[in-house]
Parts: sequence; structure tokens; C-alpha cells
Amino acid sequence: MQRTIVMKENRITLGHGSGAGLTRELIRDVFHKNFQLPSLDDAVEIENRTVVTTDAYVVQPLFFPGGDIGKLAITGTINDLSMKGAVPRYILITFIIEEGFPVSDLKNVAQSIKKTAQTAKVRIIAGDTKVVQKGKADGLYITTTGVGFIKGDISIDPKKIVSGDKVIINGSIGDHSIAVLNKRQNLQLHPMPKSDCAPLNDLVQNMLKAGEIKFMRDPTRGGVATILNEVYEETKKGIIIEEDRFPIQKNITSVCELLGLDPLYLANEGKVLVIAKSPVKKLINKMKEHPLAKKTSIIGEITDEVKGVYVRTSIGGLRPLPLISSDPLPRIC
Amino acid sequence: MKNRFRDNKLIQKLVDDLGDWKKPIKIMEVCGSHTMAIGHWGIRKLLPDTIQLISGPGCPVCVTPQSIIDAVLPLKDVVIATFGDLLKVPGKEKTLEMARAEGLDVRIVYSPLEALNMAKEKETILMGIGFETTIPGIGYTLLEAKKKNIKDYSILPSLKVIPPALDALLSDKEISIDGFILPGHVSAIIGSEPYEFISEKYNTGGAICGFEPLDILMGIKMLCDQIEKDQVEIKNEYTRVVKKKGNSQALSVINQVFDVANGFWRGVGEIPNSGLSIKKEYREFDALIKYNIDLSEENNFPSGCQCGEVLKGKIIPSDCALFGKVCTPDSPRGACMVSSEGSCAAYYRYERE
Repeated sequence: MQRTIVMKENRITLGHGSGAGLTRELIRDVFHKNFQLPSLDDAVEIENRTVVTTDAYVVQPLFFPGGDIGKLAITGTINDLSMKGAVPRYILITFIIEEGFPVSDLKNVAQSIKKTAQTAKVRIIAGDTKVVQKGKADGLYITTTGVGFIKGDISIDPKKIVSGDKVIINGSIGDHSIAVLNKRQNLQLHPMPKSDCAPLNDLVQNMLKAGEIKFMRDPTRGGVATILNEVYEETKKGIIIEEDRFPIQKNITSVCELLGLDPLYLANEGKVLVIAKSPVKKLINKMKEHPLAKKTSIIGEITDEVKGVYVRTSIGGLRPLPLISSDPLPRIC
Repeated sequence: MKNRFRDNKLIQKLVDDLGDWKKPIKIMEVCGSHTMAIGHWGIRKLLPDTIQLISGPGCPVCVTPQSIIDAVLPLKDVVIATFGDLLKVPGKEKTLEMARAEGLDVRIVYSPLEALNMAKEKETILMGIGFETTIPGIGYTLLEAKKKNIKDYSILPSLKVIPPALDALLSDKEISIDGFILPGHVSAIIGSEPYEFISEKYNTGGAICGFEPLDILMGIKMLCDQIEKDQVEIKNEYTRVVKKKGNSQALSVINQVFDVANGFWRGVGEIPNSGLSIKKEYREFDALIKYNIDLSEENNFPSGCQCGEVLKGKIIPSDCALFGKVCTPDSPRGACMVSSEGSCAAYYRYERE
């Protein structure tokens, strides 16, 4: 990816944290170059089928419809482990707290963490706390480390992806991003969008027993489009997704059209994107039994028809779905 | 309930009708959202080769002078409030995004009223760019600022109006346009009357269109019918939003706070009466005066950049030697690539094979 020719001094911009192209460039050029990471993922299998992951949470606002930074920290960590096929067991958590932060808010965050961990049968086993001066931490930042274990013979290998495999998602896209945006910018959307933030470990374990799964990822920052482009880059297998088939709530569609945002690039925090061997009827039925996957849909297919990731529009056209370098920006008019 | 403006049967019927069109024609749209809708829905691929859709100067970010970015970079202790798509536009050396990384207080707004609110806490300048769709909202903040005596608010105006730009395009002998898809939301403000000169003076047709695929295809059909019958006029396809006289409330706001002025369109040059200046009574909110800013600039292009030709519809983006190689959305050289709704950016995203 070409650097912008206008930059004289390289500085980190918000785009570098978007989860999209610039983030990958940053990881490759600064971190991987120095650490020789075994993968560019935020989760990795080490010995004895143990999977470890780490993550940071800087969401603003801290409390939003459907969740808060605490719940997000637990579900995000659980989901990263789950995507590797691991059963999440332990989480370590650190809090960087800004001077002046209300204790009552901190207690609410702690309670949310407790509730989410309990529901997902995961234990918080250690942690750390730091307090920084006023103005240095936007309220609260959280980082986590998660540990899980892969049971049995599970092997999720994108190299096995072939033409005809189906692309599946467990429910509607764009909910989390729009819920947070609505709260942050006080857009006063009606009905009020709610984040889909949820722990997927239970759903994923059910899925692994019901079909041959070749790829799984939670489409967080960067959205479905970014994940599909990563699959294409790794496998060089074309992907076509059908616009008519991706589940999306009407209020989310309306806001996206108003602001010029494409829901395929928006973050989701309770969704898993799966590529599985066809036929997938048994897998879909199994997924639909779960409360977090009632709206499971096949949204597309791996194909030799195209080189890259494409969307078949509802009027029969085909448009490319490229990797973008950073967060989509709302347009003027 | 399915959106009937995306009804496959109706769309297929129009596509079949248009498939018979034999005479090569060029239809220009002058609205970034139309540029994107055409790309998003793959409309070009549904049309026969005889109907060529080209993009004109419809993206307000793209036609804003680069000097507007340079003008605010040295300012201290101010909030620069901006719409999102101006964030990555390069000035001479850097973008507002880069300046923010270096400490300039740049904040994205979704509505001009947010900028007015910011001014209650800290001196705020709103980057006042946009066409008629956005102008009333920006103008309204001046009415409110005066009424509520908000002294620490100003706008840096680079506002443009569309009809004079269309006049300039049509009077250029080197350009041949057979019909216009006219901007839906600009028209919601100004109505259909300001476009009458297109058919009366230049014997060219226009169709005011919405942004759904059926709207755009219907508009193209209307233009083809006019050309076939040799009876050009300005038709309104977007009747559910656009009225003949426009939006009188919005027009009243514009008339209260702005005067007509000459406008500088990046890539095209100065177009008479195509801009707006802030009226005398509201000059205290004019950042040009408050900060002694001069936005005039030479109509210079980076070497090899053919934005001027693209904006006038003389060439398509892929005809430019820099397109896709040196000039990309991540490293834009010229105006048409800088905004996500610019002609070249849209082409890069949707039309490359």
C-alpha cells in the first residue's frame, strides 16, 4: 500500500487503529519487523493446544445501549479465543484509570465484567491497575489477556477452502458500530440501536460439532469486508456475497444510507463469520437453535467466477468490495 | 416491506428498454452521491455501450481550494470543526488528519449545529464547504450565533452553487453533454426552476433524480425519450422529495445570511456568481475577516494530474496516466481522488476490472 506522498514526518493517525489496511501495514512494518510474530493475529495457539490472546479496549462512550467497556472486554477476549476453536477459561485484566473517574462508574464496569464472565463460564484470575493524571486516559482503558484450550481434534484451516464452500453469518451486521456512534454523537436515532456485544464461545462449540468449518472470525473493526479480503489474500479464492442475503436491521440500513457508510465495513461484537463445506443445512439448523444465532444466513459463496471479493447487488449488478485503508468517514451531503 | 425503488422487475424492464438505445450519448451527473450510487449499484454495467455516464464537478470536497486546509493549520487555540470527508484532503504539506495527530484540535461534526455548540466552550471555526444541500444548515448556524450572541464562532466559507457551474460547462465548446442527471438533494433546496436555462439556452435536457437504482435508470430513460423526440426540458423524477419552487424555508435562510459571489472551483477555475459570501450583517462570523485569510489560489495541478479534464467530463478517470498507479485514494494527487465521492475515487472503487 502506497504511503501518502504528502507526509513528511510519519505520525500515527486514527486510521492506524481502524482494523483495516493501515492497521495491518502498521503491524507488519513496525511490530512484525521487530518481533517476528508467528502470525499477525491477536490470538495464537502455543503448546498443548493452548490458545492465548490479548486485546485493548478504548471505546467511547464507556456505556452504550447493549453494553459497556467492561462487557466488551470480556466478550471480545472470549470471542478471539473461540475463533481459534478454543474453549475460553481464564482472563487477566488491567485497568488504566484517569484521575477523577467516578468510583460508581468503575463499580458498574466491574459488575458488568463479573456478569459477562459468569454467563460465559470464564474466570477472571489476575489483573493490574494504574491511575494516570487527568487528561491522560479518556476515562478508562482496559486491556485483557485470555487463555483457552482446544478440545479434541479440531483443526480450522483456511487452506482447505475451495470453490463451493459457503459463507455464513449468525445475524445482523452493523449494530455495534451504529449503537456506539449514535450514543457518542447524540444522533438521537429512533428506534435506538443496540450493540450486539455477546460471548460466542457456546455457539462456536456447537458449530464445530455440526459441520466442517474451514474458517471462522468475528468481524469486529473493519467489518465483514475486511475479513473476507483477508481470506482472499490468504487463499486467492474468489468470494461473492449476495446483497439480498445479508441480515441487517432496517434502522441500521437507514442510518448507513444517510451518512454514506457501508455496513460491510462496520464493527460487530456478537457475530461470527464462517466458511464451511457445503452442504451446510445441518450447521445452519444447529446454529439457529442458539439464542445468538436465530437469524443465521448463508450470505455468499467461494467461487472461481471472480478474482477478489465482490457483492452481487440486489438489482443483479456485481460490485467490488475492496480492502479500505481506514475507518469509513461520514459524508457531507 | 421491499423498497420498490429497488424492484428487480421494474429495473429489468427499464434495462431492457434502454438496451435498444442506438445513438451514442453522454449523460453527466453532477452529484457525488449519484457518482457513488451509480458505482454501488453497478448501473454502468446494466446500460448499453451507447449510453455513457460521466461525472462532473459534483463533489464539494473535490472542488474546494487546497488553500482552505493550509489556511487553518497555523491557527492556535481553536477548534477546527469539519465534515468527515474533508479530513484526508491534502493541503500543500499535510491533511487535517495529520495536523490532528500533531496536536491541532480538529473535530468531525455531523451537523453544523455541533460546531456552534463547541463554540460555547472554545473558539471554533467551521470549515464551511458544501453545495446548496448543506448551505442552509450552515447559514442557520449564523442566524443562531447572532441571536444567541455566540462570539467565539465563525465559518470559513467555501460554499458553491450548482447552476452557474452547469452554465460554465455547457458554454465550453470542447465539452459535449447530451443530458444531465440533476442532483436530487440540491434540487430539494432550490427546486427545478433554476435549471430551466439548460434547455432554453443550450437545448439540452435534464432529469432531477433520486438516488435509488430505479430513480437513476428512470432519469436516464427520461433523457433518452427527450433526445429521441427532440424535445428537451427539465423533468423532475424525484417528485417525492423535490418541489418546483424548492424549500422556501431553506432558501429564506440562505438569502438572509449570504450574498452571491464569484466562486473558485478547484480543477475548473473561477466561475462567476457560483459562490456565496457572508452578508455584512454577519461578518463578525466570517473567518476570512476574523483571521485575515485569503483563499485565492492558482489553478495549478500537480504534474500529470488531469483532474480539470475529469471534472469537466472531457476524459474518464482511467484515461489519466496517474490514475491507479501514482494517484490512489490512499495517496491522492488531485481533487478528484481526495474525497470518497470524487469521480476518480468512485471509479477506483467500483469500475476498475
